[in-house]
Formats: sequence, structure tokens, C-alpha cells
Amino acid sequence: MDRIRITKVNEMVEERIPDYKKDKKRVDGRKMDELRPLSIKVGVLPNADGSAYLEWGQNKVYAAVYGPREALPKHTQDPYKAVVKVTYRMATFSVPERKQPRPNRRDMEISKVLGEALEQVIFAEQFPNTEISVFVEVIDSNAGSRVACLTAASCALADAGIPMKDLVAATGVGKAFGELVVDLDKNEEDAPDAVDVPFGIMPNSGNIVLLQMDGLLTKEEWAKLVPLGMKACQDIYKVQKEALKEKFILSEVSEKSVEAAVEDKAPVADKPKKEAKEAKAKKVKK
Amino acid sequence: MRTTILQYDLSKIVDLAREGKRLDGRALDEIRDFTIELGMCENAEGSARVRLGSTEVVAGIKMGVDKPYPDSPDEGAISVGAELLPLAHSEYEAGPPSFSEIEVARVVDRGIRESKAIDFTKLCIKEGEAVWIAFMDFYAINADGNLFDAGSIAGLVTFMSAKMPKLNDKNKIIKHEYSGELKLTRHPLLATFVKLGDKIMADPTYLEEKASTARFSVATTEDGYMSAMQKGPGYFNAEEVKYMIEKGFEINDAKRKKIFKLIKK
Repeated sequence: MDRIRITKVNEMVEERIPDYKKDKKRVDGRKMDELRPLSIKVGVLPNADGSAYLEWGQNKVYAAVYGPREALPKHTQDPYKAVVKVTYRMATFSVPERKQPRPNRRDMEISKVLGEALEQVIFAEQFPNTEISVFVEVIDSNAGSRVACLTAASCALADAGIPMKDLVAATGVGKAFGELVVDLDKNEEDAPDAVDVPFGIMPNSGNIVLLQMDGLLTKEEWAKLVPLGMKACQDIYKVQKEALKEKFILSEVSEKSVEAAVEDKAPVADKPKKEAKEAKAKKVKK
Repeated sequence: MRTTILQYDLSKIVDLAREGKRLDGRALDEIRDFTIELGMCENAEGSARVRLGSTEVVAGIKMGVDKPYPDSPDEGAISVGAELLPLAHSEYEAGPPSFSEIEVARVVDRGIRESKAIDFTKLCIKEGEAVWIAFMDFYAINADGNLFDAGSIAGLVTFMSAKMPKLNDKNKIIKHEYSGELKLTRHPLLATFVKLGDKIMADPTYLEEKASTARFSVATTEDGYMSAMQKGPGYFNAEEVKYMIEKGFEINDAKRKKIFKLIKK
């Protein structure tokens, strides 16, 4: 994975290289298969057809979905299915050293692989000639921003009411300081033996839709990593489902506001009718 | 579907404006309520999330070390960028900076820069060799009108809360170590108005901006100065401009009070 240089306690790494086999816990105190705290909220952006905000450790991302809408320019249209277009971007201040605002090669590649992952869960053939636009924006990051974006984006798609076979749950898995770990943070990504594997699945079928890797890994290690990743993604899936359910549980306050909104709208709706009646009355008089 | 609703709302806004009313029930000179969240981005030297009605912006500051300009060897600089993310509205597109992005960034920039709120000589590290550049970038996350004022609130509070990174003896930034803050001597804010028929509205929503015929922003400070003005599309007469400047001071003073209260919490 390209390095986004994010290091919170780099000095610590320099002082003593941790040895996870001995330490039995990670630099930030997590267990080897433990995820950083994850929270998701859907429907956060009123303008978008679907949206989600996700915090995962230090990672903070927004995802918005527009569409299906006409794919433009026309030559991008596919007469058989919707085109899923993902735009992944990072805010200039989301990394320790200011990122240039214009998209770089890393942004483009990530946009592509995220789109290809999401395409697998959408019934794209229901919307020929259209584009489903997914925008993900990273405002703070610490390793694993692309899997955070993918996890958030699939919630935003569901929030937009787009017909889907499944969600996509994704996490980083890999190796750091001599042990296989789940959800690497920046310290672990910078470990001398670091292997980072962004790993995304469709939780119901277990099919893998996102898979990248850099680092050195043996076949045996890979065989052990897969179940670790699957298990972690199932946990992420639970959080995703909860977030989606949350939106549709009406609290007392929102119920009231719904009622108020209905009452508010009523007189406005009546107004044109009144005017129409008056106009009719006038006509009759004439 | 979206466009039909829009057309209906637009004509309703125009009708209501004739009676001096607004679609959301506000008075003409009333601004929307706003909230501020500070410091959520740990990688930024200062960051803020501002919601003005349902307009939402996220701003952050990165401090960088660079060579000073030859004509001002003892002065640092600020740089303001704005991005109207396609995330924020179906109208926005990804790509090179649009005219609107550049305008809103430059107006927010001028409001802060020209108020002399930041003493650029204090951003000097070593004359002629190294100075601080404060990069403040803000992103529209949800666009429901008046990104000018939302951006200016976000910009101001990020500058107010920005921490200065520590430097080693080679003038390289030591990560995650800070010394002191960026001190502001003034607190400039923008107030934006639009004209609909003969009515002036403060803090327009997206639809009000669409329905309007003219737009005007003024940046004011607490000690009675204006530090920037910008007329967008359309025209105003001198009376209207005078009214908007007076209202601008009034609105910004109230906003400033609220900002100080929110930040103290």
C-alpha cells in the first residue's frame, strides 16, 4: 500500500521495536484480532440520496451517494447496467504532512478498486445507462482509510435505497512485529516486517470483493489471515446493520417533528386550492 | 423529480419574499442557528466542523515551513483553499477548482488576512530563510446555501484553535509536539446577504440563493472595521449596501459572541 505517513508515536517505534510474539499485545494495547473502535451513522447529509459518516479509530470519513442518475458524458453509459463510480479523496489536513489538494495516483487507484468492490453488491443491471456516484472524503486518517471508506460507502448505498445483494464489510489484515494482526494502525504499517492487506467481503456469501497486498507473506500465513479477516468483517457487518436500523427507529422527538412538519405543510397545500376557488368565484361573477 | 420540487420551491420563495417572509419562517435579517465542533481531526493543527442550518463545512489547518517571499523576508503567510465537494450537492463536480470555489476561498481569505488579525511577522522563524505558512482548507460537506459565512466561521475558529508545531534545530517539524498557539488580535467574520425583489435576506439557503438576483458579503471585526467586501451576481443601490453593512456588523457581533460562548464550553 502506498504510504501515507501517519505516525502518532513514532518515537516509541524508534526506541524499541516491539515484539508481538513476546508482548502478547499491540502498541496501542489491542489484542491481535481486535478492531479499533468503530462507529457508523447513516443519513447524515440531507442533500445526498444516501450518506454515511464513519469513525474508526482515528479515521474519519464521509460517504455520499447520488443516483442512479443519467451517466454523462454519454459515452460513459452502459446500455446493460449502471456504472458505479467512486471518487475517493483525502482532505489536505487529514495526513501529518499537508496533502496537495489535487487527486494523485493513489486516490485514482483506490477509487477504482472501491468501485469494483461495490459493483459486486449492486443490482446494476436494473439501471441501464445510469451512473451511481459514490463520493468518499477522508477528513482524518491513521492507516486503513480505504477500508473505512468502503465500509461507509456500502452503508450509504443501502441508505440511498439502491437494490443490493449484500453490504460490503472491509478491514485491513496483515502482519506486524512478528504476528498476524487485524486492522493495522500506522505504527504497525511502518513496522519493518509489515504486510498490509486491505480485505473486503460480502458478509452473507463470504465472497471477497476487495483484496490488495504489499509486503512479504508466506502461503501458510495467508491461510491463517483469511479466517481472521472473515471474522473481523462479520463484526464490522454487525455495526453496519445496526447503523442502518438506527435510522429507521423513530425517537419521540423526531416523531413530533414529523407531526409538526405535516401540520406546517397543510396550510401551504391548502393555499393554491383557495386561490383556485377564488379565481373560480371571480369567473362566475364575470 | 428534484427539478420539479425546486421550481415549485423557487416560485414559493419569490412569492413569500414579496410579503417579507421566508420559506423556513425566519425573519429577513435572521440567520440560521449554528454549531461548532473543534479539534476532531488529530492530524490537523486545528480543525472544526461547522453546521449552519443544514449547511455543513469541515475546516482544517496544516502548518508548513517554507522560504519567505523575497519582498517580505520576515513575514509568514496564510493560504485559504475551499472545495465544494460533489459529496455536498448534486450540482458540484469533481475536478479542477471551479470559479465558485476560488471565489469563496478568496473572500474568506481576504476577510481574515486584511483584518490584520494575524501578525505575519510573528510567523517568521528566521528572517530570509524560514517562515510559517498556515494552510487553511475548508470542505463543503453538505451545501444548503451561504458557504461564505459557514466557511468564515469555520476558518476563524480553526485559526483561533490552531496549535503551533515544535521545530527541531534544522527547522523541521517535530510531529505531534506543539508549542503555543496562533494568536489572533481580531476576529473577522463574514455576513452574506441576497436580494430578492426589493427585499434583502441574511444568511440565504441554497434555494434562496437560487431565487435571488444579487449577492453581497461583508467581513467585519469587533472593533468596527470592515476587512473585505464582495458583491457577487446582480446589483444593489447605495442605500441597500449601507443597510447590509450595518446589518452585517450587527449579525457578526452576535455570531462572535456565540462563537466565544461555544468555544469556551
